[in-house]
Amino acid sequence: MKACAFDYARPKDVSEALKLLGEGGKAAAGTQSLGPMLNLRVIQPPLLVDLRFIPELKDVSGKSEYTMLGACVTHAQIEDGRVPDPTGGFMREVASNIAYRAVRNRGTIGGSLVHADPAADWPSALTLLGATALIAGPGGRREVGLERFITGLFEVDLKENELLVAVRIPKRSKAARFGYWKFCRKAGEFPQAIGGALTDPERKESRTVVGALGGAPRLFLDLNPDVSSLGKDAYDKQLHAVALKRAVEKLK
Amino acid sequence: MTQKGVGARLPRKEDKRFLRGQGEFVANIRLAGMLDVAFVRSPMAHARIKGIKKLPGVFSAEDLKGVQPIRANSSLKGFKSSEQPVLASGKVRQVGELVAMCVAATRAEAEDLADQVELDLEELPAVVDMIEARTKPPAFVHDEWGDNIFLESLVDDDLSALEKNSFVKIRRTIRTARQHMSPMEGRGVVCEWNKRLGQLVMHTAAQMPHINRAGLAECLGIDQGAIRVIAPDVGGGFGYKGILLPEEVCLAWLCRHLGRPTRWIEDRREQLSANANCREHHYDISMYADAKGRLLGIDCEATVDSGAYSSYPFSACLEAAQVSSILPGPYKMERYRCRTWSVATNKAPILPYRGVARTGVCFALELMVDAVARELKMEPHEVRLANLVQPGEMPYNNITKKHFDSGDYPEAVRRAAKLIGVEEIRSLQRQNKDSTRRIGLGFAIFCEQAAHGTSVYHGWGIPMVPGHEQCAARLTPDGVLELRIGAHSHGQGMETTMAQVANTVLGVDPDNVRLIHGDTGVTPYSTGTWGSRSMVMSGGAVATACDVIAGRVKAIAAKLLEVSAQDLILENNSVKIPGTDRGLSLSEVAHVWYRKPQLLPADIDPAGLEATAGYKAKVDTGTFSYACHATKVAVDTETGAVEILDYVVVEDGGVLVNPMIVDGQVYGGTAQGVGTALYEEMPFDAQGQPLATTLADYLLPSATEVPSIRVDHMETPSPYTRFGQKGIGEGGAIAPPAAIANAVNDALAPLGVEITESPLTPRRIVEALMKARK
Ligand SMILES: Cc1cc2nc3c(=O)[nH]c(=O)nc-3n(C[C@H](O)[C@H](O)[C@H](O)COP(=O)(O)OP(=O)(O)OC[C@H]3O[C@@H](n4cnc5c(N)ncnc54)[C@H](O)[C@@H]3O)c2cc1C
Repeated sequence: MKACAFDYARPKDVSEALKLLGEGGKAAAGTQSLGPMLNLRVIQPPLLVDLRFIPELKDVSGKSEYTMLGACVTHAQIEDGRVPDPTGGFMREVASNIAYRAVRNRGTIGGSLVHADPAADWPSALTLLGATALIAGPGGRREVGLERFITGLFEVDLKENELLVAVRIPKRSKAARFGYWKFCRKAGEFPQAIGGALTDPERKESRTVVGALGGAPRLFLDLNPDVSSLGKDAYDKQLHAVALKRAVEKLK
Repeated sequence: MTQKGVGARLPRKEDKRFLRGQGEFVANIRLAGMLDVAFVRSPMAHARIKGIKKLPGVFSAEDLKGVQPIRANSSLKGFKSSEQPVLASGKVRQVGELVAMCVAATRAEAEDLADQVELDLEELPAVVDMIEARTKPPAFVHDEWGDNIFLESLVDDDLSALEKNSFVKIRRTIRTARQHMSPMEGRGVVCEWNKRLGQLVMHTAAQMPHINRAGLAECLGIDQGAIRVIAPDVGGGFGYKGILLPEEVCLAWLCRHLGRPTRWIEDRREQLSANANCREHHYDISMYADAKGRLLGIDCEATVDSGAYSSYPFSACLEAAQVSSILPGPYKMERYRCRTWSVATNKAPILPYRGVARTGVCFALELMVDAVARELKMEPHEVRLANLVQPGEMPYNNITKKHFDSGDYPEAVRRAAKLIGVEEIRSLQRQNKDSTRRIGLGFAIFCEQAAHGTSVYHGWGIPMVPGHEQCAARLTPDGVLELRIGAHSHGQGMETTMAQVANTVLGVDPDNVRLIHGDTGVTPYSTGTWGSRSMVMSGGAVATACDVIAGRVKAIAAKLLEVSAQDLILENNSVKIPGTDRGLSLSEVAHVWYRKPQLLPADIDPAGLEATAGYKAKVDTGTFSYACHATKVAVDTETGAVEILDYVVVEDGGVLVNPMIVDGQVYGGTAQGVGTALYEEMPFDAQGQPLATTLADYLLPSATEVPSIRVDHMETPSPYTRFGQKGIGEGGAIAPPAAIANAVNDALAPLGVEITESPLTPRRIVEALMKARK
């Protein structure tokens, strides 16, 4: 399968990129999800707008309350600890188990969120962490919490002429603990069930997430939510319940 | 054994280029002015073609005037013929069937063209399930048949006494999923019509190039001399590359029609959805045994889903016909009955995949043996030991008249039991009996007929019957040995092993041997590389040809050294008088023969340093290599995940020409077997749509899923082959599904679960546990 013919542009900054998107261009980051869709001709855009050369999208910055990661930060950069990890190693662990190294070298945190594959890792992990999407559009900038940004199966609160610029991840206290467990048929495959959990005794915070459902991940604000209704059928329900149970066990 | 000859762990000569990325595969070939082809494929499993709206550059069946459909008939009584049109006409019978051919400067543009072709199809009910296809057909795949049965066969016997009186009677339904061969390199064709020679020159990813040529000639209606098939480096075949594809016939017609070279490179989606299907079996099987676990008889009804067409050259009935002849495995029994059906469905034709019918047969048989063991509360390996053919009985003719040539089957089981550690595993199980991570132990043993020849194959009357194998050998003027054989390597390392054979016979250094294969223009006819036959057959032919050259080298050297030829030996690249330092190098002998013939007397035999010689095994019913696989697994009862903790293979391939290459064959085959056991499955929906059309859905095991495999070799020489070697190429892929399923069942038996369907996916395991709990 070969893609239809398309043009290619490499904008220098966000405003140039927004202009190209406004003219019908399609944003391209690591192309790990976009590439197969192009080759299968599921999408046939006239123009690809390569975001990887926009400095702002590769920026990382940290404050005492949060860390910001530009949308084009790759899974591999996170895995290798080349960017700050506000979770003291949790994000590195999540990143290191996404797909295979070749995919991680190119795939980006922003691309993963915008693509919003229910089985992808960042939509669940960053929902658990309470991250915020920072968005730029023709009318200016806006922010959306992840639990509202991801609206469904491959669906996000982002218009075709908008860009995800960065994600902002809140920092937690030193006492915070994190757990993540996913079930994959084989190493590097998209998971069939995801469970995530965190507790921060100092901030009196408990959160859990269940992912790889038919749509957006489900967030809960306690460690022992009733998830018996999540999943397509008996097997799927059991897998999700087990994933959550095992994620919570990791907090110990 | 010499350092470099038969028996040496010689590093592979071909790895010099493969490991540096310098292999040359079909897709690396560029011909000037070459055009690319993309196919319009049927989106439906079963439909009547009412119209095809084409643009310039698009060809359909009506354009291919004079091209014959692919016919692969068997002469077995009752076989129904199917014609596989190279481009569909009238009906389409599987998703992915070729309907039109689109040609353009690049593949992407050819796909653009394909997107614009409009098909008017009238959908018909699809025949999807083989049992339904046979018993209550929703439609006929081939209307003129009146049913969906390519062939029915029966090995009859009366088991009524056993049914009444046996101490153990076990009956099961066993199923193996439809699967996919997944060579790293897909199929591909680059071809052109050479006007000067009046010859089609086709580069194609093939493991049996002479058979492709024969099939092409039949479809194109031209003589075989007008076709040259060249298979360059081939990146894995496993059987898939032994098949004549309609794509090859189309491209052959097209390059001649256009007067331009044409190319088609299969992509993974085409391969998954339309082409490389295999393995789908169904068994309704009963096993009878006495109280000591002695097997008394087997009664089986086996159905094979053969797909829509009979593929060239192995036909639609090879699998099922083999099922009935090999189901008794390596065991002794008194009674055996087996009925088989090769059933047509609206799916891709089933093709022979590494191990061919044996993988399914071993799964069915070995699951039954374990069921007997559980019933009698015996150790599974003890039941096997009670029933295997004993070494003192070899050679042994079994109940289906298979002639086992040699070996010690029980010893393989004993060694495997020791290596895997039966007692340790049993005590581990006792300790962990309440855990959600349950440990299981599984065995499987099989014997594998390989290099079977004329006497086995002629009875099936398919387009290809193996006969005698040839090698053309030539010592060049500088003393390099050229070997030409008609078999073709698709990963087996024949450039190395054939050179080792030449080293043993002729003393020539393997570095001074060039193997030329994969080109019908310059190699002797051969049915090619299939059935684990190349080391026995081509290896035998290489040895015979080297014998002839050896005699001639000695005759020339005898004249030059003024001794008798009997007093000479060949070693270390030279011909010598033993015990002296007198002798000549092979290059000196060759130099005199070609460049200084004046030094030779007039009465020298003018036959020269070039010879074609042939080989056929003394007994051509084949060699029987065998292996016992044993594995220890952990099953997560909450998720259904299976982890392979240990894997042992004890195998006997007779004399191993290159034990390192054999290890590689065992590892690779076992990896594929792990895929069959746990991952690989091509499901279809009710309309016959294949549901795993990319590698995101069709799961292959990768490095993380394949355990470290511990291999122990036994070496019982075959009495019938040149060096005692046996075919060993396929074995690795035969036993793993059975061994792993037995281990999972061993782990889950205390919970009341027995799974009889492959692959053993997490879903199947958890659902079986849920059902058992109810
Ligand atoms: C074999 C394989 C296995 C995989 N396994 C996993 C896995 O186990 N877990 C997992 O999480 N992921 C997995 N992935 C997906 C991978 O993580 C990708 O990185 C991710 O899906 C997309 O990131 P990308 O940078 O490649 O985005 P692209 O493919 O370039 O883009 C994806 C989509 O997002 C849009 N987009 C990208 N960036 C922006 C932006 N900044 N603003 C607006 N729109 C944007 C694009 O237009 C496109 O629609 C796998 C991928 C492959 C190929």
